[in-house]
Amino acid sequence: MHDQPSVSELVQAVKNFVDHSAMPELKGRAAFHARVASNVLATILRDLDARDANDAAEYERLKALLPDSDGKSRQALNEELQGRIRSGELTIESAALMEHLKKTAIAQLKVDQPKYSGLATAIED
Amino acid sequence: MSEKQEFDSRLQAVLRRVYGEQIALASANRLSGGASQETWLLTLNGTGAPETLILRRAPEGMEATDDSRAIGLPNEARLIRKAAAAGVAVPEVVHVLEPDEGVGEGFIMSRVEGETIARRILRNDEYAKARENLPAQCGRALAGIHRIDGSDVPRIRKSTGLAQVEQYEQTYQEIGVCRPIFDLAIVWLKENAPKPLEPMLVHGDFRLGNIMVDKQGLAAVLDWELAHYGDPREDIGWMCTNSWRFGQSEKRLGGFGDVEPLLDAYAAAGGAEFTPRDIDWWDMLGSMKWGIMCMGMYETFRSGADASVERAAIGRRVSETEMDLVNLLEGQRYA
Repeated sequence: MHDQPSVSELVQAVKNFVDHSAMPELKGRAAFHARVASNVLATILRDLDARDANDAAEYERLKALLPDSDGKSRQALNEELQGRIRSGELTIESAALMEHLKKTAIAQLKVDQPKYSGLATAIED
Repeated sequence: MSEKQEFDSRLQAVLRRVYGEQIALASANRLSGGASQETWLLTLNGTGAPETLILRRAPEGMEATDDSRAIGLPNEARLIRKAAAAGVAVPEVVHVLEPDEGVGEGFIMSRVEGETIARRILRNDEYAKARENLPAQCGRALAGIHRIDGSDVPRIRKSTGLAQVEQYEQTYQEIGVCRPIFDLAIVWLKENAPKPLEPMLVHGDFRLGNIMVDKQGLAAVLDWELAHYGDPREDIGWMCTNSWRFGQSEKRLGGFGDVEPLLDAYAAAGGAEFTPRDIDWWDMLGSMKWGIMCMGMYETFRSGADASVERAAIGRRVSETEMDLVNLLEGQRYA
């Protein structure tokens, strides 16, 4: 498939329209939803950029954290991690678990809400 | 007559019953609210009545149901009157709607001047004095709220801290997503639950956004729909939850102050004596609850019940609470 314009460029074009053409014309609830829509478009752009690398890094961390991980998908490993946390096998005393969860949360938040205060707090530590 | 004219005319009849035939309803404008709860600004002409009033209503068929956590607007009005009698700053309830008045369920209250939008309260210079006064004012208000005897108000449930962990765990499992940080927080909260205190009336949603603030600070406590019997530390911890610091993380209490002056004023006004560490568990409970509430709001989009971009977007705020939970859980490792 052709990619000129690319998906990112198209999303950016729609965001330009929302920000510079639509939003100034809107009032009240509609203006509020336009602002939310613009933020969503920015999230999409960051997601497009970061998803592959984030998923790959998360997968590698899960394989290092969990035994017998060969051939299991990222989703399957996440479910296994969930099971081990629920059973009490992995707790906050596990430095490896905490490091994995922190990296996962940081990567997700950088895409979802890069200005959120908790992100700065986590990166400071 | 249009539906709105019909509504206005019924509303005017209600207001005349309260204030006399010499008054007229000049306008009724919807301010905000979801499908089930609306807030209206009423302006009145004529002597012997305030120029403006606030109407809180649920349209017919949209009243809080018995299985909802919300106590319903008539019970909210009862509690606000009790809070006023206990010396807590609240709007004055001037009338509770009757079914035969034909304007739905709800109540009319005085309009308290001030600001509810957190970012303005936290950032604008005109609220500098308010920010200084708020911690102690909130402490005194909570001590008053926690003393209210609501035993004759129907539909107020008991919900302790541990029961809330279990309730939100169930919601999380029903939604069925795999977000291991929530599992870790739920396990930790269950294993470290503090000894429960004697249940008392708690507001249930005490934070910026739900209080009216003027230049001197706390002007009125609003939004009583989630009131229940529970642990007094829940109200304090909710205001400390990072999601309700609105970007000002370094100020633990609501983004405007420290929790210590609140706790001091709370104890001085007859509340129990707590230390900031006593609030830690409730602070984490707050992040866990808000994260799962965000998942639930996104579910209304995913299921097709609400197609709005806002409901979709809130699903991408769950990660804010995941980050907060990781930060708090890390803090507990070294505690």
